[in-house]
Order: sequence, then structure tokens, then C-alpha cells
Amino acid sequence: MWSIISQIFPYAVAFTVPLLITALGGLFSERSGVVNIGLEGLMVVGSFAGAYVISSLYPVMGEGAVWAGLAAAMAAGAVFSLLHAFASINLNANQVISGTAINMIAGALTVFIARNVTGSGNIHIISGLTRFDVPLLNKIPLLGKLFFSQTYFSTWLVLLILLLSWFAIYKTAFGLRLRACGEHPHAADAAGVNVYFIRYIGVTISGAFAGLGGAIILVTYSGEFNGSVAGLGFLALASLIFGQWKPLGILGATFFFGFASTLANVSQVVPALSAIPGIILKVFPYVVTLLALILFSKSSQAPKAAGEPFDHGKK
Amino acid sequence: MDFVVEMLNIRKEFPGIVANDDISINLRKGEIHALLGENGAGKSTLMSILFGLYKPDQGIIKVRGEEVNINNPNQANDLGIGMVHQHFKLVHNFTITENIILGIEPKQGLTLNLKSAAKKITDLSLKYKLNVDPNAIIENVSVGMQQRVEILKMLYRDAEVLIFDEPTAVLTPQEILELIKIMKNLTEEGKSILLITHKLKEIKAAADRCTVIRRGKVIGTVNVSDKSKAELAEMMVGRKVSFRVDKKEQDPGETVLNLKNLTVMSNHGVPGLKDFSLSVRSGEIVGIAGVDGNGQTEIVEAVTGLRKTVSGSIILNNRDISDYSIRDRILSGIAHIPEDRQRRGLVLDYSVEENMVLEIYNKPPFSRRGFLNTGEIRKHADKIIRDFDVRTGEGAVTPTRSLSGGNQQKAIVGREVDHNPDLLIAVQPTRGLDVGSIEYIHKRLIEQRDSGKAVLLVSLELDEVLDLSDRIAIINHGELVGIVNASETNENEVGLMMTGEKKGENP
Amino acid sequence: MKLNINKQLIIGLVSVILGLAAGAVLMFLTGNSPYEGYSNLFRGGLMNIERIGNTLATATPLIFTGLSVAFAFKTGLFNIGASGQMLFGGLCATAVGLTFDLPRFLLLSAMIIAAMIGGGLWAVIPGYLKARFNVHEVVSTIMMNWISYWVIYYTVPAWFKGEFLETESKKIPDLASLKTGWLTSLFNGSFINLGIFLALAAVVIIWIILNKTVIGFELKAAGYNRFSAEYAGMNVNRNIVLSMVIAGSLAGIGGATYYVGYASNIQIGVLPTMGFDGIAVALLGGNSPWGVLAGSVFFGILHSGKGFMNAMTSIPPEIGDTIIATIIYFAATSVMIEKAINSLLLKIRGEK
Repeated sequence: MWSIISQIFPYAVAFTVPLLITALGGLFSERSGVVNIGLEGLMVVGSFAGAYVISSLYPVMGEGAVWAGLAAAMAAGAVFSLLHAFASINLNANQVISGTAINMIAGALTVFIARNVTGSGNIHIISGLTRFDVPLLNKIPLLGKLFFSQTYFSTWLVLLILLLSWFAIYKTAFGLRLRACGEHPHAADAAGVNVYFIRYIGVTISGAFAGLGGAIILVTYSGEFNGSVAGLGFLALASLIFGQWKPLGILGATFFFGFASTLANVSQVVPALSAIPGIILKVFPYVVTLLALILFSKSSQAPKAAGEPFDHGKK
Repeated sequence: MDFVVEMLNIRKEFPGIVANDDISINLRKGEIHALLGENGAGKSTLMSILFGLYKPDQGIIKVRGEEVNINNPNQANDLGIGMVHQHFKLVHNFTITENIILGIEPKQGLTLNLKSAAKKITDLSLKYKLNVDPNAIIENVSVGMQQRVEILKMLYRDAEVLIFDEPTAVLTPQEILELIKIMKNLTEEGKSILLITHKLKEIKAAADRCTVIRRGKVIGTVNVSDKSKAELAEMMVGRKVSFRVDKKEQDPGETVLNLKNLTVMSNHGVPGLKDFSLSVRSGEIVGIAGVDGNGQTEIVEAVTGLRKTVSGSIILNNRDISDYSIRDRILSGIAHIPEDRQRRGLVLDYSVEENMVLEIYNKPPFSRRGFLNTGEIRKHADKIIRDFDVRTGEGAVTPTRSLSGGNQQKAIVGREVDHNPDLLIAVQPTRGLDVGSIEYIHKRLIEQRDSGKAVLLVSLELDEVLDLSDRIAIINHGELVGIVNASETNENEVGLMMTGEKKGENP
Repeated sequence: MKLNINKQLIIGLVSVILGLAAGAVLMFLTGNSPYEGYSNLFRGGLMNIERIGNTLATATPLIFTGLSVAFAFKTGLFNIGASGQMLFGGLCATAVGLTFDLPRFLLLSAMIIAAMIGGGLWAVIPGYLKARFNVHEVVSTIMMNWISYWVIYYTVPAWFKGEFLETESKKIPDLASLKTGWLTSLFNGSFINLGIFLALAAVVIIWIILNKTVIGFELKAAGYNRFSAEYAGMNVNRNIVLSMVIAGSLAGIGGATYYVGYASNIQIGVLPTMGFDGIAVALLGGNSPWGVLAGSVFFGILHSGKGFMNAMTSIPPEIGDTIIATIIYFAATSVMIEKAINSLLLKIRGEK
């Protein structure tokens, strides 16, 4: 059992990290009061921008292109999310429809451009991130092997972002305003907080993080852009709900889902796991989220005003 | 005389209506100045202009003698003007401190400095005798406390002028007294207060001067001590207002509704109505008096079937209807004029005619074999519109949303009365209406009583309950305090009982 | 009221024009001629009877998902799960088609009913969760989409594996296809199938239900204002479930018209885009059944013409999807368009 876990663990972590960062992005958006079901599309945009920049810059920059790609993915996701922000914040659009439009535009437009660029609609990257052992720490018995061996740099980056997000949301003035906008925007407005501005920040962060998430998939385990992230954006949304809109809850939820999905992916090749049908492991996150919704239906921690357009004029 | 605030010749138009027409008011330092007017008279618009929520079309505002432009609430705050909103603007899961500092957070490096804020709040609370715990979470404190938090929010921002928008609507009688005391404390410390209200009693108790507004125009500014309540009311409405409703002697018949030992849960999962018993006979109006949130909603929803009962029984015409569905209760003879006409009473996106059959669309002649009969539905609506003087733009097909509040309410009253019920439940039937509509609806309710219906009236306006009812049941904290005959009681007695004191308990 | 419908129509048309304009800009930016692009796109969708047939065949499942979304909308629910319902309905139809050996009429009827039940079943869960626990249907239908996706992903290879590929189901026999000889030959061998008649019937039926019946009156009342419906004695919770079931059944039949009509097998690992296009169609059509029909045919042209355009020019076919997605975005932000129309109307009136 132990050997299976330690074998699977790096894969589970690799699968968890893009989910985690994307769900954290969703956290900022929803805490500001904007529901963002466009996370899937924003990941696709990130994956595209990352792939495009890495494949173009690799001949010039070599390994450094990967970093440029990640930065470009964040920027592209942030810019693209402005479409959603504009619709939801300025035009009082139905946020679910706008998010759906984001998903559809992202999927179609990126492949459209990719076809113009490569002819095939896919963009392959030659080099991604390489795994490394964290010096010294990887010598710690048990934990060292699990947590500090064969890690990607992106994993540490995302964990750092997680920590900073927690700090920003709960300990700073920005976080107080962000949460107020998601719970009771009129209260924030009456206190002189610029609700529109805070919501723009929230949505833009979600775009940047989702973009990063899409690019991390690219540079860690997928290696190519193909116009889809196979529902991971929606899985991130599920994690956000299952984690009850809290950074640490999200960490737990994404790891839980990441681990389950990894088990499903490897269950064919690992004899000990073949007893569990893949379908159950794959369906598990969604069913669990439905159950969580039922369980928390009375005491949901969802931001109260998430999804509601804010109109300064209305009192 | 120095004025802290002057608003001169303010005009504000909205599409189709002049909300403020050449209004001028001034506020002296250290006074409580009331702004009196009916719903829709233009008080809130005027205060929204002062607070920077609207821009006036014409007119100037001076603060401490200097002409200013106020474009948003932040600028108002900078000028020392603060507003205590009617609907509190508090984040339910934040602490009191967090709510107060929101927008002007004290920082220590990158992080919030909650400690220093809490200290300042405690000091302010002591100074103005507000008795607020800075670390309590909003959703756990009383409504009165929440209002004090709103006041503290303004004091924390060093407001010199405080606008109170209908502050007593949500308070218990004691909380109202306390609030008036707090307001007086504030003026003693040099603050100035603008009080928006339509309650004459409170103006008499609290205000120094009063400006009366009617249909967007100033009728006059008077010293409160110079005018009687009746005079103020006449200024507000524009004609003599009789506080008495004409009605015949009561002639009650059989018991129609009998509530026995009813216990009902509130929205918070605790009993909102405890062991409550009451009967209503045909030909009488029984009024429920109590401060908002003391069990009224629970009574009404339990009887109409919108809420489950925990124990006890509801007997209508000698039949136990405790387990009946809402529809079966309607069929058994209960009609209900709901508290919130737009949220409960009407489908605003439906036409008037569709709303007039909202409860009976599935019965002949309005439908047959599952298909609607539009001709009959139209006829039915035309009849109610005619009989109840509902003013619609395009008759039965008018979108309900486009009707005025008074006409929406008349349509509901017409629909419910048309069902020819045995029991008519009227909840806040005149809330937010102008005096003309109020009188009309009162007349119709008494007509129902005189024609032998049982009427259960629930209202937060004590005057309405006193004027219309034959008997009055007083509730407090979900319990029946007592039942008195309207002809043998007065406002003081009922008001005292609303605080929970049983009749005769206190000399 | 009349003005409202007209306004709705104008908003739809303006969204379409803006979407097409965005497409033109994209074509231009990628070095193509928008004129050539669009003329080939529309020729591809309409130039001969076969292509018209294909356009209608493409529109068929869209009409169903569009009706599904529109019906739910009218009753106050947001069915973003039409994709999953469609997929599962398609699986049910395929399963029946591959399993039973019945006379054609019976078999097709059984398949359609199976698809209807399948789709309805997939929607009854979100409906029940909404009614009983007040779980928001947007989230639950999204979850149901992915559950459907993985169920098909594992079920098809396990029970209905195709002859050549692991990733698709066995082809259904001709007998079990909604394609029928006379229709195919009438349209010169196009994909058009009996589904189009089902779709037209569904448009009429849904219109009647919504506008003429007691049930429609109840469902719309609950959609506009749940609290008044409750107050008036309607069984709101039952109506929520019923409404979701009807919406799901529509999407389920849509799945049948796609997987055993337009196509003849199910691919795994694909969530059909028609579920989301259905949102667009419903929005464009102002949630009216006739509007849905018009919107679906228009999208049908875009979808069936894009291949032709790609063959004739170097414009990638994804331009079609991009245009559709952009149209949704503009339809979602219709406030902007509405404001423009309103100020225009005010001007016109002012000049009078």
C-alpha cells in the first residue's frame, strides 16, 4: 500500500496543483461577488498563451521560455477575464451566461488562432518544467519522499500563492473589502468602498490564476495545447464549493479530487487498484460535490451576494 | 444663526415625476430637525441628494456656510455628513469592529490593525452610552444594537451631521425610547441630526424643528412645540385627517377561526410562536398588535399554510385544517392579503388579469381540461378592476409591474375579497400607501366585517390596529400577552403590553 | 407587450450582427477576406438541397436543447446541463437501438422514449435537489454534465464497444436510425432525419404548454416569482421538478436526434456543445419556442457551412464556433444593446 501511495503521490500532486491555483482564482472572484464558471475557458486561454509563447521563444531563450510562458499565461488569462468582468460588473449580465460565453469563446478562438499559427490546432512544446528534489528536506524519512522528492517548481509557487491568498483575504484591508463586496456590496458601497473596482480585481485575479493553472498543466504533464482542459475548470469550481470558499478548504478539496482522479487514471495499471472501477473514481468528485451541496444547504459559506449584479444607483 | 447644512432651492426630476420641487431646508448646530412627509413625498430623495447618492437638477448645498458639491457618499463623509440607513448596511458575518472600519481601515504595515480600532470604538461607545461590544458578530446581535453600530460607523468617521432614515421602523418601543435618548446625547455633544420619518409621535418626542414636505414641495418649517399632532398631520396630508374610522357597532357571530395552543418555528429554528391561542368570530376584526418580529409572521404563515406548525391546531369553521395544503385552505375559505404585495401577493411579470386568477386559474370557468379560458379570465379581471377602482393603464392586460403601489394593493384586496372567504387575513394592508388609498382600504376591510366575515388584521402601525379592530390580541416574543376590547383600551395600555407587561401587572 | 417582443427581436438581431462583425474582424486579422469567408459560409449552409438538409439536421438537436434551456428559463430555472442530459439520452437511445430487435416503428418509438426518460432522469436529480434542499441548479447541472461524461466514457467501451475504435460505440443498424430513405433521397443524401419533425412538433407543443395551459400558467408563475406561486397554493417544489424533467426530456430527445439520427454512434470523451449552444439559441430567441426555432436554424447554417468555408478558403472552421460564442456574449450583455435601443426610441419620440 505504502509503495503505491508513494508512487502515485507525485502524480496526484501534479494533478492537484493546477486545480488548486484555478480554484483559488475562483475564490477571489466569488468572494468579490462574481460567479465565474468561465474558469475552464480561462485555463484554456492560459494553456494556449503558454504554449504559444514557449514554442516561439524556446529557440531563442531555451529553458527560460517556460517562465515567459507561465507569465504570458497569467497575463492572457487576466486580460481575457476582463470580458467577464465587464459583462458582469458594468452591464449586469447574467454571470452564468457570461461565464458560459467565456468558455465557448476561449475554446473556439484559441483553436482558431492555433490553426492559423500551426495549421493543426494543437501546439506542442518541446520543453516543460523538470522535476527536482528539494535539497536536505528530501532526506526526511517518509515525508521527505512524499513531499520533497521529484517536485515541480510550480508546485512550490502555487503553495506560496495559497499562503499569500490566505493572508490577503483574512489579514489585509483589501481582503476585508473583498469579502464585504461578496457578502453585502451595498454595505461596502455605503462605507466608501469602490465595489466595481474590487470586483474587477477579484475577476482579474481569477483570470490570472486560471491562466496559470492552464499553463501548469501544459508545462508539467500534458506538453501540448489542444483547445481543452477536459473539464478541470469545472472540477476547480467543484473544489471551491466543496472547500466552502476557504483557502485551506480548497487545498483539501483539490488534493482530495486530484488524488481520486489520479487513482482512476492509474487503476488500470496498478493491480491493487483495479478492483475499484474507474468510473466510480472519476465520478466521485462530482457526486461528492453534490452531496456537499446538500449537506451544506442550510449552512453554506457561499458569499451571499455572489452572482448578484451590483448597481450603485439602487439603494 | 449659523447653519451646519443648508439646502437651497433643490429640484430633482425623475422620468415622469418631480421628486423635489424647489425645496429649501436648513439645519442648526445641535438640533434635531425632522423631515416629515408621506411615502413618496420626496424626503428620501432629498436626503439622498445631501448624501451624494443623487445629483440635484437645480439648487445649491451649503455646509457650514460654504457651497459644496457632493457627488458621492465619500465626499459627504469628508464633509462630516453621515447617514444611518433604514435598511442597515452591515455585513452579517463580520464583527462590529470590521463593519465599522470597512472603507477606512487602520493598518499596521500590511495588516489590519483591529486592536486600535476596537479601542477607539469602545471609547466612542462609552462616550455616547451606546454599550456596544466591538468583537461581537453582527448576525448575533439585536436589531437595536445593529442600529447603534450604524451610528458608531458615522461617529468613527467623525460625522457632525447625522441623517436618520426612518430609524424606528424596526425597533421595539423601548428601543425607540433608547434611540431618542441617544439622539439627544448626540446633540448635546454638538452633533446635528436630520430625522426622516412619517411618525408624528416620534417627532413630538424627539425633534426641535420640523420641515413638512408634500408631493415634492415644502409646506413649511415649524417649531415642533408650536404645533399639535393634528396640525402636523394636516400639513403632511393637505387636508383635515380624521384619526377615527367610522364603523358600526360590532355584531359578532359564530367562531370562524380558532387557534389552539399553536407553536411555530421561526426562520432561526427557535419557536417564534409559543402556545398561542386566539379565536376570530364572524363579523369582527381581530387585530394583532406587537413589535415587528414578535410572532406575527408565524401566526399568518401558520394559518395560511405557508409554514408548518410544531404543535397545536388550527380550526376553521369547526374543521381542523392544520394538515391542509395551502390550496385546500384557500378552498376552505381563507383569503390572505399578504404583507409584501410584490414578493408574495403578485406576479409582477404577469398581466393584471393573470394575477386576478392567481389562485383560481385551474377552476372552471377559467380553465377546462387543462386549458386556460382567456375570455372568462378577462371578464373576471374587468369586474375586479371596476369594483375596486383599480387604475390601470391598459385595463386587464396591463403589466402588473406598471401599477402604482396603491393600485396593486387594491387589486389584491379585490381579488381576495372576490373569493368570498369566511376568513380574511390582512397583513400590513396599507404599508407604504398614500392616505387616500389607506382610507379606501380601511373602508373595504370594515365592509367585510359588516357583511359577516371574520377579519384577522396584522399591522405594525398601532394606530391602524386600534382604529379598525374590535378586539386586539397583543403579542410579545411569540407569546400572547393578552386580549383587550378596542373600545376599552388606549394606545398606552396596548403599547405597554407590547413590551410584554401583562395587563394590570404594573400600576 | 408588442413593443417587448419587437425589442427582444431587435436585441437578438443586433447580437447576431455584432457576432458576425467580430467574425469578420477575426477573418480580416488573420489575412482573409470576410466577404469571401461569409459568402462561402452561407453557401456551405444553403447552396443546394443537400446542404439545406444538413443545416436542418444540424439544427435539430439544437432546437431540442434550445427548447430545453428556454423552457427551464421560463419557469425560473437555468438548465446548463442540457449537454449531459443530451448525452445520457443519446446513450439510452443507442442502448435500446443496439439491444432490441423490433419492428421499425416500435423500435424508433422505444428509442425516443428511452432518450426522453434518460434525459428526464438526468434532470430530475438537479430538480429534486433544488426543490428539496435549495441547491442551485446551475452548479448541480454542471456536476451532472460531468457525471454524464464519465458514465458514457466508461459505459460505451464496456458494453457497446465499436468494431474498430475503443473511443466510440458500435454503429446502430439502419433500422434503428432516424434517417429514413425517402427523406434522405429527397434531400439528396443529406443527414436530415425524422428528428426534424419531432423538433417541429416539440416547438408547437412547448408553445402550447407555455401559453395555453394550466400547467404552463403555474410553471411560469413559479418562474417569475416563486413566493407568489407558493402563496397562491401552487405546489412550487413539484413544479420545479416537473419543469426540470420536461427540460431534461427535451434535451434527451435532442440526444437521440443527434446520436441515432445525425450520427450513428456515440463518441466518448466529448461533451456535446449543443447543450451550451442551446443557451445561446434560447437567449437569441427570447426564450420563445419560435425564437428558438429561428435561432437554431441560423446556428445550423453556421455549423454546417463552416466545413465548406474551410475547404474553399484558408479560414479555420472554428470561426463558426467563435461567432456563436461571441453572439452569446453579446446576447448576455444585451443591457448595452437595450440601452442603445431605448435612447434611440426616446430620440425618435422626442422628434415627433
